[in-house]
Amino acid sequence: MIIPVTITVNGRPCHRDVEPRLLLVHFLREVAGLTGTKVGCDTSQCGACTVQLDGVAVKSCTCLAVQADGRAITTIEGLATDGRLNAMQEAFWAKHGLQCGFCTPGMVFAATELLRTNPHPTADEIRHGLEGNMCRCTGYHNIVRAVQHAAGASR
Amino acid sequence: MSATRTASRVFGSGIRRREDPRLLTGTARYTDDMHLPGMLHAAIVRSPHAHARIRGIDASRAKTAAGVVAVYTSADTAGVLNAIPCCWLLPNAGLSIGPYAALAADVVRYVGEAVVVVVAETAYQAYDALDLVVVDYEPLPAVVDPQKAAQDGAPCLHDCAAGNVAFHWNVAGGDIDAAFTNAAVVVHERIVQQRLIPTAMEPRGAVAQFVPATGELTLWNTTQNPHIVRFVMSLVTGISEDKLRVIAPEVGGGFGSKIPQLQGDFITVFCSMKLGRPVKWIETRSENYISTTHGRDHVQEVDVAATRDGKITGLRATVWAGMGAYLSTAAPGIPTILHGLMLSGPYTIPAVKEDVYGVYTNTTPVEAYRGAGRPEATFMLERMMDKVAHRLGLDPVDVRRRNLIPPFANGHTVITGLTYDSGNYEAALTKALDHVNYARLRAEQKAARAQGRLMGIGVTTYVEICGLGPSQVAGAVGFQGGLWESAIVRFHPSGKVNVFIGASPHGQGEETTFAQVISDELGVPVNDIKVFHGDTDNTPMGWGTYGSRTTAVSGAALAVATRKIKEKARLLAGHLLEAAVEDIDYDDGKFFVKGSPDRAKSIAEIALMAHVAWNMPAGMEPGLEASSFYDPPNFSYPFGAHVAVVDLDPETGRVTLRRYVAVDDCGPQINPVIVEGQVHGGVVQGIGQALWEEAVYDDNGQLLTGSLADYAIPRADVLPDIEVLSTVTPSPHHPLGVKGIGEAGTIASTCAVYNAVVDALAPFKFETIRMPLTPERVWRAMQGA
Repeated sequence: MIIPVTITVNGRPCHRDVEPRLLLVHFLREVAGLTGTKVGCDTSQCGACTVQLDGVAVKSCTCLAVQADGRAITTIEGLATDGRLNAMQEAFWAKHGLQCGFCTPGMVFAATELLRTNPHPTADEIRHGLEGNMCRCTGYHNIVRAVQHAAGASR
Repeated sequence: MSATRTASRVFGSGIRRREDPRLLTGTARYTDDMHLPGMLHAAIVRSPHAHARIRGIDASRAKTAAGVVAVYTSADTAGVLNAIPCCWLLPNAGLSIGPYAALAADVVRYVGEAVVVVVAETAYQAYDALDLVVVDYEPLPAVVDPQKAAQDGAPCLHDCAAGNVAFHWNVAGGDIDAAFTNAAVVVHERIVQQRLIPTAMEPRGAVAQFVPATGELTLWNTTQNPHIVRFVMSLVTGISEDKLRVIAPEVGGGFGSKIPQLQGDFITVFCSMKLGRPVKWIETRSENYISTTHGRDHVQEVDVAATRDGKITGLRATVWAGMGAYLSTAAPGIPTILHGLMLSGPYTIPAVKEDVYGVYTNTTPVEAYRGAGRPEATFMLERMMDKVAHRLGLDPVDVRRRNLIPPFANGHTVITGLTYDSGNYEAALTKALDHVNYARLRAEQKAARAQGRLMGIGVTTYVEICGLGPSQVAGAVGFQGGLWESAIVRFHPSGKVNVFIGASPHGQGEETTFAQVISDELGVPVNDIKVFHGDTDNTPMGWGTYGSRTTAVSGAALAVATRKIKEKARLLAGHLLEAAVEDIDYDDGKFFVKGSPDRAKSIAEIALMAHVAWNMPAGMEPGLEASSFYDPPNFSYPFGAHVAVVDLDPETGRVTLRRYVAVDDCGPQINPVIVEGQVHGGVVQGIGQALWEEAVYDDNGQLLTGSLADYAIPRADVLPDIEVLSTVTPSPHHPLGVKGIGEAGTIASTCAVYNAVVDALAPFKFETIRMPLTPERVWRAMQGA
């Protein structure tokens, strides 16, 4: 069975016929050709695939492409403007909040979601807010610093 | 050098990483991001049994499934692929290598061993067809514990290895018998260094493109060492090395698990060779957990002899090191050379003896995992230090101080035969203790205990061996490769620089730190220097990024090549300025005549002249480029002291890590922010071992922690900030004085946390407590179990 969907990705509508079982992350990577979103597990633990669905963070491995029909997705490719990083990307860069970079796209969206719902979190709240995203390189220390930096910049 | 220049030196400055913009915008390309025209997708049928005979394989339904292009078994790879080699042939250890094929032929020996590969037009179709492959297995008895596997009557994995012993290695120095005969106290411990799963966030994978018309193969691979991959891939596939290009694109962490070449890599190449089309294989996380290499897995019986005042006089150990079902690429060297030779650590111990049995078990093969052998040595030593202190009623810090090797700047030979390069262990320990105010912490602990609260303080002092290493030593200990590194520094006419290195960083930041080194030496702005790595077609040979060796060895090659450029530039400057070369000085990007700073040529001017070559000294070649193949004269030996403070919940046994302080010494720091980042990540992986992580097998060899839902890597919400400090003791043999820092945190942190928990449990009587220190285990210890 094939189902037509229209998903707006980073502001551009994308019309495609998809299998109903197609995961949103695979739609983004294989169909839309946006490989910035990563797959780090198969049990929805790692959060590397986190994107925004209508402005809210979702793990795109836990969502079917057909569920995103008619809705808007923002991926990591959609954050910088004319090569200029957005405030959260900039904060990760400034605070050395990434090493191998594989968890980073998802981590940036998890951090963005955290500040959307809690603009001025404590370090403890940041740590709890990021517990659904795994990083094996940084020990999270500088990711917490990056989120604090981004929160400060938005004041 | 002027004070202002020192203040603005780029060497030592925590500048932002040059890698990050591409990683932060989703434009970096990892192996799974490669998409080639006509590309097929492979999925692998893996053994569900830990030990079984393959009676038959029926792939007929899979072959006719939608989208399936081919299904291959060992019948297809026979005669095409050679056996997967073990590349560390430990000498004088009775090494027995069980043959390891890319696809299992008759017997499978671990859950996850590859049996059949399905190739289809899409990944979904390949995975659909996996379920249609029927393999008829006759289960055989399995064994998973390394100590039990070495006992009589255990199921035997390989005919060549009686009693499942893959090797028996030992190290000895001093009079160990006298040490124990004359000991005032002897302390014993059985330590289980549990098996861990590296869990790089990017799973492993490969994209292979074989072109039948030319016989050329391009392989994109999640690897820490693309040049080794090319070498080994040519041995296994028969594709000659000159026709083989290996590319490590962006690599999402490795931690040792992307050193070896595994079944999936060879299978992917085989499929592309057979089909003449590009083939991609990317493992799932669950597949990663059963088939990509694990780490640690020691059972250690340890005795320490000491005097009444806490001087250690002897250390004796027997280790059963689980190897898994086959010997992975570097596996035999890890519990031996990288472990046993570090047995005396930062202490003066007059006698040591260790026997290591490498044992086959029906489990996933082990390989290096961050620290690789050294965490297992440091834990052993640091645990015993605390036990000796406890037995003698001494403070654990005092016992360490009484045994530490005094400061040395240029070589100190220890009982195992190694010569450490430089060390000042006492200084690092003092700095850590001062930072936490150790005396006040102990007073706080006393008060807490009086109130019934459980607080613990754990200390480790450590030294590790890294910057691997002199190739002559590598050869002497059986490593089937060299351990030098290479660098090419190439100036362009405009004065911009490209650097090509043989090592293959994957998150450690050398694109930035190496640019800082060149900028510091030659005054070229960091942003005008681009560092290339990871592609065997455009980088010189190098042995890879592991063992904290990239900055330590590749960085030395870079420094040597840069200084060659500097010498040529000085000659050319002298010629252009009509001055004797002895009269040419250099500062901040300019070569000038001594005493006449206005008579100067900038490095950019020199680079231009070297390229246009209109006015060169007689006999000087045009161009401004230099290369270095650098074989280090010794290993490097970073060291430090770590302190952990924990609180235990008396009701549940839950451990809260309240505070963590790391003092590490890796010599001069090129970029202290990157150094701190390496320490943060390393420390947290070590904490993970102490508190949460373990690859658990049941008695039948089923991995019970086979997904990220079951295997507990540290999350942000269970960790404190990591307080990172340092001391600076240069390595005497390194052109920049630097040592490695990638693994130090992991090596030190596990036992710091462990010792802190045991210290908190001091009011209770219990025998021992196994890692990871889960609430249940801590709670049981409180109940005296």
